[in-house]
Amino acid sequence: MSAAPVSGRLSTLAAALVIARRDFTAILFSRSFFFFLLGPLFPLIVGGLAGGIGASVKETTARPELGIAMSKADVAAMSAAYHQLQSRLVYLPDLVVVDELQPGEAFDAGAAVGNRKLNLAAVITGTPEKPVLTGTRDLIERWQGPVSLAAAQALGNAPATYPNVELSNLATKTTADENRSRVMTAQLGQTVLFLLTMLLAGMVLSNLVEEKGNKIIEILAAAIPMDAVFLGKLFAMLAVSWVGISVWGVTGTAVWLAAGNSLADYPAPAVGWPMFFALGVLYFSMGYLLLGSLFLAIGSMASTVREVQTLSMPVTMLQLLNFFFASYAMAKPGTMIEIAATIVPFSSPFAMLARAAQDPRLWTHGLALAWQVICVAVFVKAGATLFRKWVMKSGPARSGPKRRWFGQSFGRGTTAEKAV
Amino acid sequence: MKLGEAPVVSNAGIAANRPLAIEARGIVKRFDGFTAVDGIDLTVPEGAIYGILGPNGAGKTTTLRMLLGIIDPDEGVRRILGHDRPHEVAHTIGYLPEERGLYPSMKAYEAIAFMGALRGLPLAEGRRRGRELLEQHGLGYAIDRQIRQLSKGMAQQVQLLGTLVHNPRLVVFDEPFSGLDALNQGKLERMIRELSANGTTVIFSTHVIAHAERLCDEVAIIAGGKVPFAGPVDVARDRIRPQVRLETRASDGPWRAALPAEARHEGNYWLFSLPETGIEPLLRALIEGEAGILSLSIERAGLHDAFVAIAGEAAARALEESPEEVR
Repeated sequence: MSAAPVSGRLSTLAAALVIARRDFTAILFSRSFFFFLLGPLFPLIVGGLAGGIGASVKETTARPELGIAMSKADVAAMSAAYHQLQSRLVYLPDLVVVDELQPGEAFDAGAAVGNRKLNLAAVITGTPEKPVLTGTRDLIERWQGPVSLAAAQALGNAPATYPNVELSNLATKTTADENRSRVMTAQLGQTVLFLLTMLLAGMVLSNLVEEKGNKIIEILAAAIPMDAVFLGKLFAMLAVSWVGISVWGVTGTAVWLAAGNSLADYPAPAVGWPMFFALGVLYFSMGYLLLGSLFLAIGSMASTVREVQTLSMPVTMLQLLNFFFASYAMAKPGTMIEIAATIVPFSSPFAMLARAAQDPRLWTHGLALAWQVICVAVFVKAGATLFRKWVMKSGPARSGPKRRWFGQSFGRGTTAEKAV
Repeated sequence: MKLGEAPVVSNAGIAANRPLAIEARGIVKRFDGFTAVDGIDLTVPEGAIYGILGPNGAGKTTTLRMLLGIIDPDEGVRRILGHDRPHEVAHTIGYLPEERGLYPSMKAYEAIAFMGALRGLPLAEGRRRGRELLEQHGLGYAIDRQIRQLSKGMAQQVQLLGTLVHNPRLVVFDEPFSGLDALNQGKLERMIRELSANGTTVIFSTHVIAHAERLCDEVAIIAGGKVPFAGPVDVARDRIRPQVRLETRASDGPWRAALPAEARHEGNYWLFSLPETGIEPLLRALIEGEAGILSLSIERAGLHDAFVAIAGEAAARALEESPEEVR
């Protein structure tokens, strides 16, 4: 160690980057990160499988059939007419011949519908001149029209051909349509933003457990301010989230485009798609940092993974509450509720993204982002101060029942108690 | 008391001639009503090897944590390398905490570089030095190994190197010998001496008197959160008078009157503290009284005796009962 010292004092931001770089590379090059990337695939696979199985079951077992029991000639005429109609009325059930009756032969339609071996929802009896539809009320009311048409067709009273109808799509939208569409875009944007923050921000809860468990926190606390540790951890997790979102986004977009979709098919947000995406990136980052700083502070009080797990439930509820507030505010643009949602730090990113979909003014976003940056700084500072006071046991000592309860709940087993 | 005023227990000598690396006055720390550190004064001269000696639970770690800015004192003031806020000079300080900790997935040289980076050393330089230090200390084969693949002792050495990678001006070790075998304790002692020889101030806490006695220029004896003595080791030893061990041919005679009143006879020897008047009057009386001196030795008190005299029997017992494998 003959070399002259070349180290210099680190600023809080530089120190935060040292922590962020370590955490980022540690997570990125861990085996578990691969599973993290695959994470969103599991619900899709499960959803797809469940949907497929459900559809198959529905297809094979639950698809109702319409039975017919008439004389042989009437069955033939009705079947031909029905199949001609069925190609144009897609919601019609399949027609199943239950019986071809001899002249004067009686048929119990009720018994046929009740027969468990058959899959009949209703049965047509009588003659084309006087058809009788037997079944439950909702179905026979729905099907009486098509059955009547089929009977008319069978009797030769309906047109033999059905002319094609030319479709004319209305290209322009009314203002009401546009507003409704933008609300949909806002809702979609908010939901995606919420899902991503909920999926990712919770990860920071357990972020300081490793340092506390490995006693590395002492080394960090001696070298750099605790604010830098907190900020660095948030930056690292944000960067990890962006890697995940990029991978999922690129994959999802490729699949979506391959399926023949286009953004042009969807209602454009008020600020336009490029700006909407850019704001989405910024608001996700701010939402992540805001919620993350809170979660990090809460999580830092926990000494063990078990405590972190216990804390994750109320934290998730808090996120949901936040989302509902922003969603409620979205439906009331320009009201005090919407303004409150844009000011309350935790709902602000959600509310502002919804606003981007509905309102073309950009300066409000500059203002909101500046406000959110200030809030992140305040929360990080407050979290770090709390951590130093409660976990590292620093600052003027105060005694009192509340402090003692808090200390006992969260301060157990920390380095502070072993320090004396 | 303000910084710069004379401490209650003055450590004359080295401190008087050198600028101070650490200066603390009246620092107090309480945890939920329990006073862990109760008004400690410390002055550590630059370049010194300074020991904080006391049993487990005496307040050593809390004192070091306050000096380093990990926690803030409830009362009192501190100044580290001329700064009131320790984080302002963090890049010139190295710290090895009592409870060792490294990221298990990091490679050895990366762990050293990371610890340097925390102290402002560029990462590339830290990596280069990390490899170099590991080679120099016979751990070249472990450079690319993950910390989880190393033995506890090796991991401790890696952390020690990480503490020093940025060439700090002040190094703070909290119980550095704990967990090391005798061989590595010897290596660490040599390293501490080298650091001091290069002008680095070393302050370490220990409950093993032998380490403090062998290494330290000055010590602070701490017990029950208070520091009853802080100063040069020799001054601490001089708190106890040297012990005289005398063997005579004659068992009795007029010379007996010259022996101090507390002198006790054990076997063939007379044992007593060196009189304040020195050894010469006693020697004269022994010769003139024809005691027939067979042997006479004067032994300076050890730091252990000084600790007992300064901190009391209870603290000394606690020190001896502190769990430690090698003393």
